[in-house]
Amino acid sequence: MRVGVITFPGSLDDRDALRAVTLAGGEAVSLWHGDHDLGGVDAIVLPGGFSYGDYLRCGAIAAHSPIMSEVIDAANKGMPVLGICNGFQILVEAHLLAGGLIRNDHGTFIRRDQKLRVENVDTAWTNKYTLGQEITIPLKNGEGGFIADDETLKQLEGDGLVAFRYLEVNPNGSLNDIAGLRNKRGNVVGLMPHPEHAVEPGFGPDTADRMQSGVDGLAMFQSILSATVLS
Amino acid sequence: MATVIVDVMPKEVLLDPAGKATARALQRFGDGEITDVRIGKRFELTIDGEVTPKLLEHIGEIAKDVLSNEVIEDVVSIRVAD
Repeated sequence: MRVGVITFPGSLDDRDALRAVTLAGGEAVSLWHGDHDLGGVDAIVLPGGFSYGDYLRCGAIAAHSPIMSEVIDAANKGMPVLGICNGFQILVEAHLLAGGLIRNDHGTFIRRDQKLRVENVDTAWTNKYTLGQEITIPLKNGEGGFIADDETLKQLEGDGLVAFRYLEVNPNGSLNDIAGLRNKRGNVVGLMPHPEHAVEPGFGPDTADRMQSGVDGLAMFQSILSATVLS
Repeated sequence: MATVIVDVMPKEVLLDPAGKATARALQRFGDGEITDVRIGKRFELTIDGEVTPKLLEHIGEIAKDVLSNEVIEDVVSIRVAD
């Protein structure tokens, strides 16, 4: 399974995402925002960071960058696409996922190890979790407040399209504690917290057993290895 | 050369944290006449040549699709600068 990670100007976590793919057992492929070429990959990760300086709106300029026309096309044909943090913002701006992400309600950037509940395991990126599983992965954002109008929100909840929900603390004012979404088909998933920062003992969140030993994000990258292109 | 001005505002129903923080700061000025602040964006597009109705229509599409995100923002005005 070849998994491409797209680097935009201002991407920060592209290297971590490539490493996470490798640690999960996949073949990581670097892709460049300015190309019209997906390099024959089987799945795509849009990494975290501040693409194009977050000018205009977070993820807005990246959503219109050259490679995104191929990504949108592939996603609509069923290719698995994961958006992390800024990648989630890009997916929302590209209308591959619903709603919008606005400045945190408390107005400040937040970084914390965040507990989440896995709300949906029928996706290309969450099938290695168990339904309702509680995981802890790092969160770090200034504009992670998920919003949608009442009708969209009702539809997301009714159709079971919430993939992850914040537990214990809602860190940014997201409606319904929504931390991540999936699309109807289940090939596109986006979330604000960072699974790629919790894939390797010694570099993850603290656990009850040992400091920095949390690897709850790894299953997201392992999920994709057993998922085939969804049609 | 002409300039077309596009104004974009966060939707009224949304919490505007930047506006709220600014409103709180403004409480320290004056006698509390200013009760709320909302912060939007103004784009000034420089146009080569004449602003035709067709071009304004094109700018309207850009304003809706690129300059704003209709989930969180409204395009409140598009006008040619004096």
